[in-house]
Amino acid sequence: MPRYLMSVFGPTERTEFGDYGSKEEMLQAFADTGAFNEKLEKAGKFVFGDGLAEATTATVVDGRADQPVLTDGPYLESKEHLGGFWVIEAVDLDEALALATEASRACRGKVEVRPFQTAEDFQGLLDS
Amino acid sequence: MTSADEAVARAHQDEWARVVAGLARRFGDLDIAEEAAAEAFATAVERWPADGIPPNPGGWLTTTATRKAIDRLRRESHRDTKHQAAQMLYDDSVPEPTGPVEDDRLRLIFTCCHPALAMDARVALTLRLLGGLTVAQIAHAFLIPERTMAQRITRAKKKIKAAHVPYRVPSAEDVRSRLAGVLAVLFLVFNEGYLASAGDDAVRTDLSDEAIRLTRLLRSLLPDNGEVCGLLALMVLTDARRAARVSPDGALVTLGEQDRGVWDRAMIKEGHALVRERIAAVAAGAEPPGRYQLLAAVNAVHTDADTAAATDWPQVVALYDRLLTLDSSPIVRLNRAVAVAEVAGEESALAEIDSLATELDGYHAFHATRADLLRRLSRTEEARAAYDRAIELAGNPAERAYLSRRQAELEG
Repeated sequence: MPRYLMSVFGPTERTEFGDYGSKEEMLQAFADTGAFNEKLEKAGKFVFGDGLAEATTATVVDGRADQPVLTDGPYLESKEHLGGFWVIEAVDLDEALALATEASRACRGKVEVRPFQTAEDFQGLLDS
Repeated sequence: MTSADEAVARAHQDEWARVVAGLARRFGDLDIAEEAAAEAFATAVERWPADGIPPNPGGWLTTTATRKAIDRLRRESHRDTKHQAAQMLYDDSVPEPTGPVEDDRLRLIFTCCHPALAMDARVALTLRLLGGLTVAQIAHAFLIPERTMAQRITRAKKKIKAAHVPYRVPSAEDVRSRLAGVLAVLFLVFNEGYLASAGDDAVRTDLSDEAIRLTRLLRSLLPDNGEVCGLLALMVLTDARRAARVSPDGALVTLGEQDRGVWDRAMIKEGHALVRERIAAVAAGAEPPGRYQLLAAVNAVHTDADTAAATDWPQVVALYDRLLTLDSSPIVRLNRAVAVAEVAGEESALAEIDSLATELDGYHAFHATRADLLRRLSRTEEARAAYDRAIELAGNPAERAYLSRRQAELEG
């Protein structure tokens, strides 16, 4: 079954209650997201998913030279960064988009849906 | 044109979408489907003049295209070639169930118009895969370089494949929402051909014809859908007036000034029949009309009058009132105001239009309508200024020519 990455983006630095307006709102979003995850697992569509620590805690490693070069901060310079994600399995894009709609509603963020490369895609690259 | 050429041209019109759609189902790949269909038509161009026109051109084309597709897969596949080809040659499997209607072309329409694709990509794919227009023709019609259009189509097909956009008709409950997007694509194609500049650019006229043809196809596939019927009626009633729309010197002629003698009576008759069909359906309990049915009804009222003065304007206002309950956008309100001017006078219409000033300041038709009302109220200086602004914003030369003439006619 095709796999999709569902990414949620948020600000570089978070406010007191994550990106939420109040503690109540934050707790409600956590609860809704938890319920959505359970539903995904029961349907056999959940591969992996979690929230990430804020983007400022990231380190970029460039190991292409003899000595690795480390840079403090996220790879992309951007106002918004990856804040959490799911890896799901869905029969096709329509199902993935329907799940992303639920995910977005649960976590209260915009969700980007992106397909994973498939074995076929790799074969295509090897054959070319 | 020889009879074989004519037969190929007719088959292209009638069978292209069917051949591509059938191949897309069988091979699950739009690229293969499109290229194999193109090769089959190219073979027909070579062979039919010599061998004669086959008794069943559609069947001949499908068989030939299928062979081409298998040849291509054989050439490309490095693994298990024989097995794969054999499987495809003997694949008589029943098509997967596809929901309310099982027609390959309907699936292709919903795939090409998938909401995950950008609007311009949907339009391009629809014209290429369902309309059979060449990439060069589509690029020319939308005034962009062929290379850009080719990239747009390639990227869209790549996304369909990589993201697993389903090749199927949406479930019954999703059809309505997804169909709105399909109709929007067809209407956009139609308008692109209809609102084209004054020049007799055949390809842009072809776009309107193509949109009508595709809407007819959609209607044959979804005969009970009111909005599909409404869109077809709207297009037919609009296109019927094409010949009267531009004067010999290339200026736009407004509805009120058109020579109604050159309107296409057969098309008007067809459009009226479609509108009546919907009125009867709604009276018999079908759901209330949507925006295309209401716009078609407005156009039916216009084309029903022998002279502009004989137009049933209260009926037009009533239809716009119903449209407002579905879509209260400023454009609908602007069009409604035009009819209001005929029923309640220019003053009330102007008051309504002026309330849209902030939202529509950048829209030429807003200033043109305003200018016309001011002219009729003999507020010449204000009219002149409004025409200036309309001319500045108008996108096509026919419209500018009309507005300039109107402005020149102002007294004082």
